[in-house]
Amino acid sequence: MKPRQQRMLAVGLAVLGIAIAAAFTLRAFQDNMMFFVEISDVVAGKHPKQRNFRIGGLVVDGSVERADGSMDLRFKVTDTACELPVSYTGVLPDLFREGQGVVAHGRLGDDGVFVADKILAKHDENYMAPEVADSLAKHVEDKTMPLREGATRCNPQ
Amino acid sequence: MIPEIGQFAMILALSLAICQGVLPLLGAHRNDAAMMGIARTAATGQFLFVAVAFGCLTYAFVTDDFSVLYVANHSQLSLPTVYKVSAVWGAHEGSLLMWILILAAWTLAVARFSSGLPEAFAARVIGVLGLLSIGFLLFAILTSNPFDRLVPAAADGADLNPLLQDPGLAIHPPLLYIGYVGFSVAFAFAIAAMLSGDLDRRWAKWTRPWTTLAWLFLTLGIALGSWWAYYELGWGGWWFWDPVENASFMPWLIGTALIHSLAVTERRGLFKSWTLLLAITAFSLSLLGTFLVRSGIIVSVHAFATDPTRGFFILGFLAVVVLGALILYAWRAPSMDSEVGFGLLSRETFLLLNNVLLVVATALVLIGTLAPLVIELLDGSKISIGPPWFEVAFLVPTLPLVLLLGVGMHTAWRTQNAKSWLGVLRIPAIIALVIGFVVPLLFYGRSSLLLVVGCGAAFWIIATSVILPLRSIRREKGSTGITRSHLGMSIAHLGMGLFVLGVTVVSAFSIETDRAMQPGQTLEVGGYEFELRELRDVQGANYSAIEAVVEIRDDGEVVGELRPQKRQYLVQKNWMTEAGIDASWNKDLFVALGDQLGNGAWSVRIQYKPLIRFIWLGALVMALGGLISVSDRRYRLRASKAAEAAPAVAESA
Repeated sequence: MKPRQQRMLAVGLAVLGIAIAAAFTLRAFQDNMMFFVEISDVVAGKHPKQRNFRIGGLVVDGSVERADGSMDLRFKVTDTACELPVSYTGVLPDLFREGQGVVAHGRLGDDGVFVADKILAKHDENYMAPEVADSLAKHVEDKTMPLREGATRCNPQ
Repeated sequence: MIPEIGQFAMILALSLAICQGVLPLLGAHRNDAAMMGIARTAATGQFLFVAVAFGCLTYAFVTDDFSVLYVANHSQLSLPTVYKVSAVWGAHEGSLLMWILILAAWTLAVARFSSGLPEAFAARVIGVLGLLSIGFLLFAILTSNPFDRLVPAAADGADLNPLLQDPGLAIHPPLLYIGYVGFSVAFAFAIAAMLSGDLDRRWAKWTRPWTTLAWLFLTLGIALGSWWAYYELGWGGWWFWDPVENASFMPWLIGTALIHSLAVTERRGLFKSWTLLLAITAFSLSLLGTFLVRSGIIVSVHAFATDPTRGFFILGFLAVVVLGALILYAWRAPSMDSEVGFGLLSRETFLLLNNVLLVVATALVLIGTLAPLVIELLDGSKISIGPPWFEVAFLVPTLPLVLLLGVGMHTAWRTQNAKSWLGVLRIPAIIALVIGFVVPLLFYGRSSLLLVVGCGAAFWIIATSVILPLRSIRREKGSTGITRSHLGMSIAHLGMGLFVLGVTVVSAFSIETDRAMQPGQTLEVGGYEFELRELRDVQGANYSAIEAVVEIRDDGEVVGELRPQKRQYLVQKNWMTEAGIDASWNKDLFVALGDQLGNGAWSVRIQYKPLIRFIWLGALVMALGGLISVSDRRYRLRASKAAEAAPAVAESA
């Protein structure tokens, strides 16, 4: 093969490969992209419908309940403003604990309970998933605003 | 006192790195032998001082010097001594120092074994490595000094992260870093060639063993990391497409492409500028990996150093290195390509395809890794890309890759006669097809298209890989037999075949069950009965644990006993899962304790993982193949040969 043809072959193959990869990537990306939604936004109904998404926050102290001997678990997650009930069946990560950060994958049931199919907890004491840290920081700022008597701090718009 | 000596040694190493980075390059430019002569001495001195610094930090760890902040944060009195040593590289500052030590060691090796290279070329290579050392030493001294003091000193340390207290993880970072940093040698060779404007086939011959060596360490490092994640993270997965794993995988993919394109450049003098570009890319991806890991920019279990100044420093360094190299490339590379042709049916074509597919695979991994970052920068929404996407996307380029691999190995350079080609490949093709259909059905009782393709591909690679070695064994006396580099290639490809087989069978036939169990209960998984006999408390050196005794029976006959633990480390109070694994060549039985559920019950995860050992065995065999081909005689440079070669260099320059 002549160098010119050789180069054309190389370029042609590369372009073809990249085109296929790009087309494929874009298509499959949309199915596998999982959005992170803040707890307050979930409570306000601003979450993707009919598909999985991620939530994250702190596990509310004293909210973890399970029937004796059962793997079914219920707990609440908060971004310090709103709370969301979560249900999960399965083995928990080692660092799952009340008052600590957690990320869950799953979807929202009709009863407003988030059904998690995967629970992730941070892997060491110093580290929290950045999106959870951001979400918490945002609402901790809100705390400085005066709260009226009796009003909850959770105001889903 | 000792930490100050370490600090001082780091600064001295920096001054020597500056000498090493500036003078030889200048000397090579001006053809000044005295300045070029500094290269080796400076490199040796720099290595010595970095080694002193590293030794001082290790000493501080072993002697529990909690007046050093880094030691106080990552060690503890009752930590076993082995882990006190491995804690040196257990976090950011120390692992950076280790990175620098390894870079200095590679430089020393180049300085030591480059006596056969033309003087100016060796000076340039060592000079470029010196420039890289300057960058990393500055990074360490300015942003991440491991010798910072803690005043007043702590009485006891905060302990090493329990996840890292494990033999696998003690040696995983060194191996990975040797691989990562090793690509800096290929990078330096590429820059040196472009600086001198002279790139011929000997260049590829010099670069090949270094690249293969770096690649084989990276292979071992990645495999060890995967093995560690499998047994230590406790959940039985072997690859998670975690950004940090991807960060080590991308240089591996490009490094693999580089090895293959170097073969073409050496044997045929083709693909020169492409090879240069791959050498630059492989090292740039190593740096990108460091940036991703060290800046904590991406959600990842490994991101232990979350500090923006560090991130910016590495990003700046990355930009300088990549842009500098690419500008030089744009300036020099176009004049380098030779006008030699090759047939459509030739080894060149298949190696070209290999490169295109590996680059596409790298691009896909890169897109998947960076997409969440880019999308967040663009519109603020936080997404993640799950493993399912990577699994499917990665298959698109790699499936043709493994199928073409078997063909390419048996195709001649320049042009291949189609008839004799079919003669050679017919038998392996039949073997692969037959076994691909039979193995899943026979051993695991079911099959599917993907299984036939996967097992077929695996046996296709295995069968085509053993042809060359088998032939050389059968050959009569007096024939030259197989060269080390051919044997190495065949063995590395055989490793690839074993790996593909392992991945196919594990992903198709693994069984995973999570169940609540009480002592005395039995559960059947994968044809084996698992009985939870008892739960008891045990004490370790620096942890206390709850241990389950699980008896495994096959048809009523006891075949093993596992003791998975749930450990609580005394200092950090973290809970850790220690899985119990019954490993054999053809399957792993895996039991991990989950949570206490009340009523004496625990959640238990039981897994059956057929052929999972083949995944790491395959990687090991690949690395062995690399080692064998590095040992090929033709890569050994002798000073006398260099004397012969010197006039030729002067001519072509």
